[in-house]
Amino acid sequence: MRVAKRILKRSVVAAAMAALAALPARADWGLLNMPEGVSDLSREIHGLHMLMLWVCVVIAFFTFGAMIFAMIRFRKSRGAVADQKFLHNARLEAAWTIIPVLILIGMALPSVEKLVMIEDMSGSEITIKVTGHQWYWQYEYLGSGVSYYSRLARESDIARQKGSGIDPAIVENYLLDVDKPLVVPTGVKIRMLLTANDVIHAWWVPDFGMKRDAIPGFINEMWISVDADKPGTYRGQCAELCGADHGFMPIVVIAKPRPEFDAWLEQQKTAAPAAFAATE
Amino acid sequence: MAHASHDDHAHGRPAGIVRWLTTTNHKDIGTMYLVFSLLMFLIGGAFAFVIRSELFQPGLQLVDPAFFNQMTTMHALVMVFGAVMPATVGLANWMIPMQIGAADMALPRMNVFSFWLLAFAFLLLLSTFLMPGGAPASGWTLYPPLVLQSGEAFPLAIFSIHLMGASSIMGAINVIVTIVNMRAPGMTLLKMPLFSWSWLITAYLLIAVMPVFAGAVTMLLTDYFFATSFFNAAGGGDPVLFQHVFWFFGHPEVYIMILPAFGIVSEIIPTFSRKPIFGYEAMVYAIASIAFLSFIVWAHHMFTVGMPLAGQLFFTLSTMLIAVPTGVKIFNWTATMWRGSVSFEPPMLFALAFLFLFTIGGFSGLMLAIVPADFQYHDTYFVVAHFHYVLVPGSVFGLMAAVYYWMPKWTGHMYDMRLAKWHFWLSAIFVNVLFFPQHFLGLAGMPRRIPDYAAQFADWNMVSSVGAFGFGLAQLLFVWLIVKCVRGGERATAGVWDWPHGLEWTVPSPAPYHTFEKAPEVH
Repeated sequence: MRVAKRILKRSVVAAAMAALAALPARADWGLLNMPEGVSDLSREIHGLHMLMLWVCVVIAFFTFGAMIFAMIRFRKSRGAVADQKFLHNARLEAAWTIIPVLILIGMALPSVEKLVMIEDMSGSEITIKVTGHQWYWQYEYLGSGVSYYSRLARESDIARQKGSGIDPAIVENYLLDVDKPLVVPTGVKIRMLLTANDVIHAWWVPDFGMKRDAIPGFINEMWISVDADKPGTYRGQCAELCGADHGFMPIVVIAKPRPEFDAWLEQQKTAAPAAFAATE
Repeated sequence: MAHASHDDHAHGRPAGIVRWLTTTNHKDIGTMYLVFSLLMFLIGGAFAFVIRSELFQPGLQLVDPAFFNQMTTMHALVMVFGAVMPATVGLANWMIPMQIGAADMALPRMNVFSFWLLAFAFLLLLSTFLMPGGAPASGWTLYPPLVLQSGEAFPLAIFSIHLMGASSIMGAINVIVTIVNMRAPGMTLLKMPLFSWSWLITAYLLIAVMPVFAGAVTMLLTDYFFATSFFNAAGGGDPVLFQHVFWFFGHPEVYIMILPAFGIVSEIIPTFSRKPIFGYEAMVYAIASIAFLSFIVWAHHMFTVGMPLAGQLFFTLSTMLIAVPTGVKIFNWTATMWRGSVSFEPPMLFALAFLFLFTIGGFSGLMLAIVPADFQYHDTYFVVAHFHYVLVPGSVFGLMAAVYYWMPKWTGHMYDMRLAKWHFWLSAIFVNVLFFPQHFLGLAGMPRRIPDYAAQFADWNMVSSVGAFGFGLAQLLFVWLIVKCVRGGERATAGVWDWPHGLEWTVPSPAPYHTFEKAPEVH
């Protein structure tokens, strides 16, 4: 019996160790935390997130420390006798009511300034209207006549079918790739108008630091930007349950330097009617 | 159950199934609620098992996306309305009369009516799996317009919610009437045990918000069948209005699920620290403040719908304020152990796990309250991790602690301590393996409520699923332990524990069918 128990204990420990050893093998530590993102806004939000995380860690250190100390120091098996009189302490109770209030005010204040920044739509250079559909996105460059749909890329769409037999690992950017990405210029403030055609969706690219709901019948606003020195491809997903294929309407944004973007938009203007005709 | 027959001489009581169908006894009804809730916990757990199995690796292996959405929706509805809430009602039925020295609940027939309403509500809700189109799949939040795309399950789901609401309201009225009118002489409100206090306040929350929820789903019903446009922009309505009304119910609802657990932990920590609760009155006021604040924070669930700046600031600040009374509770529990004589029986183990892990859920809650960061966290696995930390090692561990604390009083038997400790350690370890990685997934960008995901989320999803399987299996130990304890075991004394404190420990174990027919004097 005792031997069996020992073997059981050892195998549990061994399994746990194996599990732990296997974990970091592929773990990219960047996948543990919020991305810093590619704009001032996303970095501000990331900073706020880290600030709160550390405040919570410090509070946790003290409160968990006190709990663990009490559990060890005042345990009965160590001969501790309960002090039946330690039931109130006005000063202590006032302290642990007032100090948290101060900490909370300290945590809330820096968010005000960021919130003002988020809600300030002024100074945007282009406006893109985003419409959510079940289950794809539509992008419209207001004032230019360029408008198109953006759907889950074909490779992903085939692989994601139940029983497709295709290993998602071999599909590049599985579920995070589209047929026609949104293209934006770097280094400028971009105003996004969000709405939906059927149910509520939400447009979210983590690297831009923002998400907002696309609500049928209403137009929501937000702005994004990409640092001038960070052109590239950024990916996100719909973030509001919108039906069966909610998990299959990704967002891909290609950020290009302004001149390249302008050239791309010009090209779209001429290509658009033809492409439109072709898809209809 | 092996109640001695001499308890019954006052009123004859039918035996077997007829007893359970006709009973109005608060202990029988409490038992029925608890058994019902355990059954629902297993059913809801089975749904979670399907979810975590599908998410074990990328790609769709087991279910279609539409069925996956039915699973997430029904998992939530069953766990919230079928497992956690009825368990708290079961405990209220068993323990409130015994804690305040009353012979029974004030309104026994209404009591049993509310139980049977609940049972039929769930029969109705679960039957929707057999309907064309399957069960509701819009998430338990039932947001329009998506929910209006439901199939034939829709009216049944709405009606079952109405029944659940009626059942909850009746249960709540019963608790309030019992506590207000039937306390033993000398049991002033500020002498009342904290579990009864937490339930008194919970009952007011229920009465305040369940009708709001009923109204909201009725508006959905008329939008669906009678072409009203409460939530349809094309007809002059507003889909976001539903979210406001829903969360006006929904946020107090989360406190309806946690306040009784606060009460339970406030009973257990003193017992196993062998000294009364620290700052009793502060504990009462803290529960009351949390209940009040729960009415003015609802929009923090929906910051991304686009609100005026002032609104966002108001809901941030009011939400953060909740941390103050919650902190008071955590500190008072810690201070109760301080200079105590602490031992680690199973109820205390669960209460301590509650203390640590609920606090972790509190921290992520604080982070979620900060609007700019919430724009990143919202609708990701970070939120899933947050509310599961407060609900599973929070509410559910609180409920399990209650079972381990009071079960010897209910059955008259001590349970298998070794099995209980196995159940505890497996649950406590696996619940963290299950939910902690979900923080990482959310921060790294995985949205919630998706059946399949990109490759970078694969590792932590697999870890989380392993945790889920372990946690699920551990709960089978719990069921086995309960069955064993009901069937037999070492006889429990009246006091059961080393330092029993409160009226429920003055009656024999098992508690006779009728207790306190003559009210005790409380000094």
